[in-house]
Amino acid sequence: MLRFLLRRLLVAIPTLLLVITASFFMMRAAPGGPFDSQRKLPPEVERNVKAKYGLDKPLAIQYLNYLGGVVHGDLGPSLKYKDKSVTDIIKEDFPTSLRLGLSSLVIGVAFGVALGAIAAMRQNSALDYSLTTAAIFGICIPTFVTAPLLILLFGTTLGWLPTGGLSDARSYILPVLTLALPQIAVVSRLTRAGMIEVLHSNYIRTARAKGLSEARIVMRHALRAAILPLVGYLGPATAGIITGSLVVERIFGVPGLGKFFVSSALQRDYTVVLGVVILYAVLVILLNLAAEVVQALLDPRMRLS
Amino acid sequence: MTATLAPGSRKAPSLMEAARGRSLWDDAGRRLIRNRFAIASVFVLGFLVIAAIIGPYLAPYSYDYLDKTHVWVPPLTGGHLLGTDSLGRDLLARLLSGLGVSLEIGVVATVVSLVIGITWGAAAGYFGGWLDELMMRFVDILYSLPFIFFVILLMVTFGRNFILMFVAIGFVQWLTMARIVRGQTMSLKQREFIEAARAVGLSGGAIIGRHIVPNLLGPVVVYVTLTIPDVILTESVLSFLGMGVQEPLTSLGTLISNGATEMELAPWLLIIPSILMVVTLMAFNFIGDGLRDAIDPKER
Repeated sequence: MLRFLLRRLLVAIPTLLLVITASFFMMRAAPGGPFDSQRKLPPEVERNVKAKYGLDKPLAIQYLNYLGGVVHGDLGPSLKYKDKSVTDIIKEDFPTSLRLGLSSLVIGVAFGVALGAIAAMRQNSALDYSLTTAAIFGICIPTFVTAPLLILLFGTTLGWLPTGGLSDARSYILPVLTLALPQIAVVSRLTRAGMIEVLHSNYIRTARAKGLSEARIVMRHALRAAILPLVGYLGPATAGIITGSLVVERIFGVPGLGKFFVSSALQRDYTVVLGVVILYAVLVILLNLAAEVVQALLDPRMRLS
Repeated sequence: MTATLAPGSRKAPSLMEAARGRSLWDDAGRRLIRNRFAIASVFVLGFLVIAAIIGPYLAPYSYDYLDKTHVWVPPLTGGHLLGTDSLGRDLLARLLSGLGVSLEIGVVATVVSLVIGITWGAAAGYFGGWLDELMMRFVDILYSLPFIFFVILLMVTFGRNFILMFVAIGFVQWLTMARIVRGQTMSLKQREFIEAARAVGLSGGAIIGRHIVPNLLGPVVVYVTLTIPDVILTESVLSFLGMGVQEPLTSLGTLISNGATEMELAPWLLIIPSILMVVTLMAFNFIGDGLRDAIDPKER
């Protein structure tokens, strides 16, 4: 186990290096720079500003300097927000995105498992068909369609919920719901498939033969095995929620990291873009690793090699 | 075992019909026809494709015509069937052209991902060994990254170039294809006909091109129908974030995005494109699911 973890973490280093290198040079290849969107600066001022951030050096040197900084945990200063480092920005805005993402993930898994299990237990019933169809809707309707429609319905028309910002707990409802809906759909489909397979297995027949109650069979025996594949879905789910958060944060005006990333990319705030990419890459890599470990702990068939 | 049912395990239907009454593809076709959702989706999609191709020629307005006397009119007024937007552009005309652009991006990007994915997967699966290990490790690494960031960076780097957008999206979509193709190739290469080809003295590349790839058709077709909607979605997210198709050209994502900014005053500009988008995506998904069930029934 320890060896496996060590090896995976070692693989993570070239992965991250690849991410940083690709993002760094792609960002630099983009036309325009961080300082030319405002009023045209006098050439000598621009030279000085560039020198201040080390942008006047050859690209290769800048790259090595940046890498050196990252190794020491220094993501550099923001080029657009004076007196703020990238780390400051991440500290300020990431918790909001994390809260949104985590709540959506928890809700997505909780409702998804419940609905999927119910559908599987009543396989081929009208209930099953309606849940399955609803799940297809949930997968097909993109977040940027659900979000405005939810705002239009609950915010503008009914006036029940706030439609933007994050002033109080109620303002979390719509963004979280938007992010959670596709997750509920996918998780319920996975759970249903897993559950149907498990319910036909021999040990469930044994449990039935033993005379256990249906509730006990499902809760104690079937569900545990049925949700195993879900652990592997953790990585993709996180990636999906991160993608969704780019859209959701923009629509709901949530001051999160996703919104920041898009505006920074458009404004060529190199360091902020790289910082966010690194943060999310680390997050996804760690979650995938965690998923593998948990899977191995839960399921002896998936022993780590 | 189930190997006999594996997609692509038979030769082309025309060769098999003489020997057997029902080939795998006959069975698959029969199962597909029984799937009402999938068949309905085929018709819906066919209609949409035809509408996107010939619709713009039949529509009374062009997608970029500004009708200054009818700005922001709701559906069924002022000679505009579905109303107009804030510049007086006919929504129906814009829907048709946007649908066309979205479908085009979906198909082209999928073809790009198909070419990369099949080449990569077939090579890894066929040659095996350390090459396979290396190539698939690379896929794993890319798989574990939040890809939308790269697409966004690509879009920022290359500007809003229409063609590059296809390529950029296709470039991040090939991973699943490579995995599927590799798995299939590994099981295919154990077969006698591949052994025969090798015995005849064909080179590795020729075997892959002539014998392996044609037999991958089943899973590839299924995956293609599921990739196209995915690509359309990615493009829409980009358009929504302001990095996609450029005005006055439009796509479904751009239309929805514009509609969302004006939804309180002109809800039809949001709702109608949204419905069209969802219908399109669902049609693809139903067809993909239907094909999968038809070709590989044990997956049900």
